[in-house]
Amino acid sequence: MTITLSDAAAQHVSRFIAKRGRGIGVRLGVKTSGCSGMAYKLEFADVAEPEDVVFESHGLKVLVDPKSLPYLDGTELDYTKEGLNEGFKFKNPNVKDQCGCGESFNV
Amino acid sequence: MALLQISEPGESAAPHEHRLAIGIDLGTTNSLVATVRSGMAVVLNDELGRSLLPSVVRYGVDGAVEVGYDAQARQAADPRNTIVSVKRFMGRGIKDIEHVESMAYDFVEAEGMVKLRTAQGVKSPVEVSADILRALRERAELSLGGQITGAVITVPAYFDDAQRQATKDAARLAGINVLRLLNEPTAAAIAYGLDNAAEGIYAVYDLGGGTFDISILKLAKGVFQVLATGGDSALGGDDFDHRVFCWIIEQAKLAPLSHEDARLLQIRAREAKEYLTTHGEAPITARLSTGEFVDLKLTTAIFNEITHTLVHKTLGPTRKALRDAGLSPDEIAGVVMVGGATRMPQIQKAVEDFFGCEPLNNLDPDKVVALGAATQANLLAGNRAAGDDWLLLDVIPLSLGIETMGGLVEKIIPRNSTIPVARAQEFTTFKDGQTAMALHVVQGERELVSDCRSLARFELRGMPPMVAGAARIRVTFQVDADGLLSVTAREQTSGHEAHIEVKPSYGLSDDEIAAMLKDGYTHASDDAFRRALREVQVEAQRLVEAVQSALKEDSHLLSTLERAHIDACMARLQAVMIGDDRRAIDAAMDALSKGTAEFAARRMNQSVQRALAGKKVEEL
Ligand SMILES: Nc1ncnc2c1ncn2[C@@H]1O[C@H](COP(=O)(O)OP(=O)(O)OP(=O)(O)O)[C@@H](O)[C@H]1O
Ligand SMILES: [Mg+2]
Repeated sequence: MTITLSDAAAQHVSRFIAKRGRGIGVRLGVKTSGCSGMAYKLEFADVAEPEDVVFESHGLKVLVDPKSLPYLDGTELDYTKEGLNEGFKFKNPNVKDQCGCGESFNV
Repeated sequence: MALLQISEPGESAAPHEHRLAIGIDLGTTNSLVATVRSGMAVVLNDELGRSLLPSVVRYGVDGAVEVGYDAQARQAADPRNTIVSVKRFMGRGIKDIEHVESMAYDFVEAEGMVKLRTAQGVKSPVEVSADILRALRERAELSLGGQITGAVITVPAYFDDAQRQATKDAARLAGINVLRLLNEPTAAAIAYGLDNAAEGIYAVYDLGGGTFDISILKLAKGVFQVLATGGDSALGGDDFDHRVFCWIIEQAKLAPLSHEDARLLQIRAREAKEYLTTHGEAPITARLSTGEFVDLKLTTAIFNEITHTLVHKTLGPTRKALRDAGLSPDEIAGVVMVGGATRMPQIQKAVEDFFGCEPLNNLDPDKVVALGAATQANLLAGNRAAGDDWLLLDVIPLSLGIETMGGLVEKIIPRNSTIPVARAQEFTTFKDGQTAMALHVVQGERELVSDCRSLARFELRGMPPMVAGAARIRVTFQVDADGLLSVTAREQTSGHEAHIEVKPSYGLSDDEIAAMLKDGYTHASDDAFRRALREVQVEAQRLVEAVQSALKEDSHLLSTLERAHIDACMARLQAVMIGDDRRAIDAAMDALSKGTAEFAARRMNQSVQRALAGKKVEEL
């Protein structure tokens, strides 16, 4: 089981946490909703829950709850620019198809 | 494909439900748009990586509307259709605008706000501002990959109702949902996180391209109050350019220049000024259309010498604002630097020397206002972090009140009240049988209506006739989160109601506001005296009218001698009540009251007897 951050994502995550002034890492997850069934969750993490699975990538903690993990295994979180827009992107090998928006997906 | 941002714990939005909020600094010279991404306020750049959008709009003969750098580039070629500094026209009549004669525009005098005739028809400043705001909204939508939920737009602290309303109207026209208008200095303070800091008093020193603003803010319980504002609406970085420009002409001994050569040297002057911010000397070279070649070196020492009067000129209004707020420089906890021109080291030094503390300058001075607006927008849109459950409020800059008898102002909402706010007060009628009441809404700190600014007049009609003093009219003032006022008057027994939204057609200039504030302080004791005088005068008038109406109805209850005595007392009162001797008026009122006491008692008896006579015994 593995979840990683790309170089760019790691850089941005540490910058955002530094700016925010607190946080132990980022939390990745999935929740059901959206136009193709499931949606990603990307949040700052202030505390680790006892059941969390914690990965280390570029010295940063990536926290995932066990229910989300099967849907995210092998995912790399990336940070990209598309035109004027910029932000994080889930590169998830489990996804069969996703809605055009990329915010929700099916496995 | 949408890109994600990091949310606060538990705050991940459902897909397609991100609340995209932006902050907009709608400046005189340049405008910007910013947002909060993954908890961090950032300015949004255009395709070429530029953050500023020059606040310039060109309405071309070909029907094209250009905004920003493109419009600015054509300004010299098409001055009449290229609108710059439109912010100076917002909510203003032609009489309010300085140097109209030297402007290239074709002004149309309209009721209320001035308008401009362009190749694409007559444009109001609201429409021109809307074109700037639309360009920023489109940039934000491209950058954030979705529809904007709402925006916080900044305005100068001294903007009055008309100017704020005009700004809001422009946003609506541009398809922007305004979450709130925010004072520029307050936004700058938020960008520095001062709202999370200890309570204290801060100065915001804003030297932009063409304007200088100084604001004194007081932070108490998470709320910023504007204690004083001041500035110079014709002082900014452009003036420094001009000094350098004059120096070039003098040094190179140039003959009168063509229009193009002058433009070129102005641009070189600005470049040299900006270069000197980080270098000890700046080369200035230019080939003119006459074939002459300019090749000069401007050193920091010379630059400081030719511009030091300008630097000094900002300290006058600064001193005055402090004085208006009743403070000395050492009572200021921190100074926030805003505006591109504050990058100049001699400005930094002058401010540091004046306040005796190092100014806050680690944020980009031409971005701080937009960054603070974005932070506020993010909160208002509901994307708040845990612990961030404060909601920043603003305050009203001048007291709001209503005219009462004798031209006095009854303040209903005092200045510096946090908004939104609603306050009500009860008034009554002055005359018997009065069925209508005129309400005059005024703004200002002085006690007399004639010294304040008139905002609106309206009437409450159709009240049931009652004796003077019996009607109860509740007047409610409501100021919404953007500082806009609505007033309702309601007669309590009949429920008759009248309502007005205050949308004044003219604004006050910042100088006028500052003058009115200062006036309010310096005339406080003077005003107290005049107020007391007016009050007795009104009282006296009321007494005279009551006696006159009683005499008209019931003079048969008096002997000739008694009547003569009352007439004499009344004449005496009428003679002194127009003067300013309060004691004499009091004495004459006393005499008249005593002189009519017996008369009043007889009238009372008479009416009781009449009442008894008219009714059957059972009813009693
Ligand atoms: N590095 C620099 N050194 C000196 N001056 C600079 C520098 N960068 C920008 N400026 C000056 O800052 C001014 C523009 O400032 P800013 O963008 O804050 O103006 P603005 O807010 O649009 O104007 P205003 O406040 O008058 O509405 C220009 O005069 C510009 O030359
Ligand atoms: Mg400015």
